[in-house]
Amino acid sequence: MNKPAQSLFEKIWQSHLIRHFDDGRDLLFIDRHVLQETTSARAFEGLVRKMRPVLHPELSVATQDHIISTEPGRTETTNPQGRELLTLMRANAFANRIRHFGVEDPRQGIVHVIGPELGLALPGAILVCGDSHTSTAGGLGALGIGIGTSEVEHVLATQTLALVKPRTMRIVFSGRLPAGVTAKDMILHAIGKFGIAAGQGHAVEYAGDTIEALPIEARLTICNMSIEIGARLGLIAPDEATIAYVTGREYAPRGDMLERAIAHWRGLVTDAGTNFDKDLAIDSTMIAPQVTWGTTQQDVVGIGERVPDPASFNEATRRELASDAMRYMDLSPGMPLEGLPIDIAFIGSCTNARLSDLEDAAAVARGRKVADGVRAMVVPGSMSVKRAAEAKGLHTIFQEAGFEWRDAGCSMCVSMNEDVVPPGSRCIATSNRNFENRQGPRSRTHLASPAMVAAAAITGKISDVRKVMAS
Amino acid sequence: MSEGFVNFSGITAAMPAANINTDAIIPIPWMRTAHADLGKGLFAVQRYDDAGKERPEFILNQQQFRSASILLGGENFGCGSSREAAVWALVQFGIKCVFAPSFADIFYENAFRNGLVAGIIDRSDLEACIALSGEEGGDPVFAVDLLNGTLTHANGRQTRFRIAASRRDALIRGDDEIGLTLRYADDIAAFHAEGLANYPWLHAPLTSKVST
Repeated sequence: MNKPAQSLFEKIWQSHLIRHFDDGRDLLFIDRHVLQETTSARAFEGLVRKMRPVLHPELSVATQDHIISTEPGRTETTNPQGRELLTLMRANAFANRIRHFGVEDPRQGIVHVIGPELGLALPGAILVCGDSHTSTAGGLGALGIGIGTSEVEHVLATQTLALVKPRTMRIVFSGRLPAGVTAKDMILHAIGKFGIAAGQGHAVEYAGDTIEALPIEARLTICNMSIEIGARLGLIAPDEATIAYVTGREYAPRGDMLERAIAHWRGLVTDAGTNFDKDLAIDSTMIAPQVTWGTTQQDVVGIGERVPDPASFNEATRRELASDAMRYMDLSPGMPLEGLPIDIAFIGSCTNARLSDLEDAAAVARGRKVADGVRAMVVPGSMSVKRAAEAKGLHTIFQEAGFEWRDAGCSMCVSMNEDVVPPGSRCIATSNRNFENRQGPRSRTHLASPAMVAAAAITGKISDVRKVMAS
Repeated sequence: MSEGFVNFSGITAAMPAANINTDAIIPIPWMRTAHADLGKGLFAVQRYDDAGKERPEFILNQQQFRSASILLGGENFGCGSSREAAVWALVQFGIKCVFAPSFADIFYENAFRNGLVAGIIDRSDLEACIALSGEEGGDPVFAVDLLNGTLTHANGRQTRFRIAASRRDALIRGDDEIGLTLRYADDIAAFHAEGLANYPWLHAPLTSKVST
């Protein structure tokens, strides 16, 4: 008898199912748990209160990324405001025999950057972390699930989660990407087209020939922003490029175990004829470099377009939100985004701070200078990324152009440490959220790709990177 | 969660804008320490000016809404960051229920883990409740009946909200989720052991290729 067609997502979900509960939820085994300092302290407190041990410390890893200073040569005490949470992370990891890649460790970095980089995230695995961008691991064909602190405690105590199985959704990207257009532009375009709540209650699979042609780091960028389209998780089927990426990483399987794993990974595909609850499509050939103009990620246009007139939106609520966003961003309907002066250019975050992102930005910065009055900073996603970039001489390119070359952390994406956008300042950023006050009180954020942010740093205004490169 | 949910009557405050994100619910400055006064930090940027003084125009600063325990929210309530501190802030302020047309996935999950009712309500009903509670001279008091899924205004008008029966029952019992899962500790151990044989690259202890 033929097995019914199954999606990649369903295959991974089923292979982790311990039991189905009467209330409709599924109890799933969690293969990997990554912890960070700002969402775990109260989870460990909860365990102590109930005298519950950590069940599988050997499957957990911790790091310090959110509140850690990114000043070159920083220590745990460089940012005095971070000391409490940083110390608690280290102490809780030590007390529970959890590996801790803290600020002193060469493997330190943003949770979602080091997961794939160290071979902790693997195809077909379920990986969780107390952070909404955990879906990044989906770029390797894993289920990366962002969780709250109570769930962190639940995983520490049981190595499981009881979850309602999400509905399925697919976004198929077809066609060749135009020059100067990146994975960041693809996902921003998709969010603009379908809206920030399109994926609510769904697991998204990204597919199509455009996706298949993407290098792994670009796939991580796409899956990273699944939460910004409303989905708790997003993934891409693993292929030979994925296997090549994973092989040889520090915690990846080796030898015979690797051979067995690869045989399994090759079966991780969505079967032909699988139906999705929601099936959407995008013509990749029509995507331009994207820039957000508003205060949610769906407020986005191609660089050549103008800020829309709020009246052009069909829904009354959207019209109201667009007007509010324009007031907050100090923009007016119909004005071009190109040429808008910026104060800060931020290249960093779990979305866009891997080696290929820094290479994209460096290609623009090479031989050019940051515009007067602009603060431009590069914050590598991990210390490994930083070392790899330095081995290629990227730091020299950035520093000669006038960019700050910092140590790894979440930095100005979440502005929890000292990297804050001053009130009223305009920042173009490679990160993932342009919410009001996200980068600091009254900060104004425009999201874009690393190359676009580098181009804006050079010209001092929002610019079309294709023109900057041609000049 | 430890205490079960008990039906109550309380003051309702309306914040019906769509896409209220968790950064707005609890801004980053309140996330820099493990034990901030989150109730004070709730909606801090909207609630206080730069000098820390209350903005009189913000709803929760207004006399009749200062003790609100029910929040009426818009679509996609709680989107963005996974920070559970958003739910803790609402709970510590005194909010027991949020009713909205839709919730972001992670916020929804976090809410139930802290005894906060997240009930789905139609936009039209939401508007009707706002009209009753917010108008000049309106009465913001509603009674919440979780078992029957109703929100009843002091004038008798009843509105329905939706919540999965299993979630509702768990709230009423005040379930300890971890305790419930640990009843299946043997199943979990068996699953892990089987995984060690079938998927050792996932279930075996993490080992570095670099000997440390």
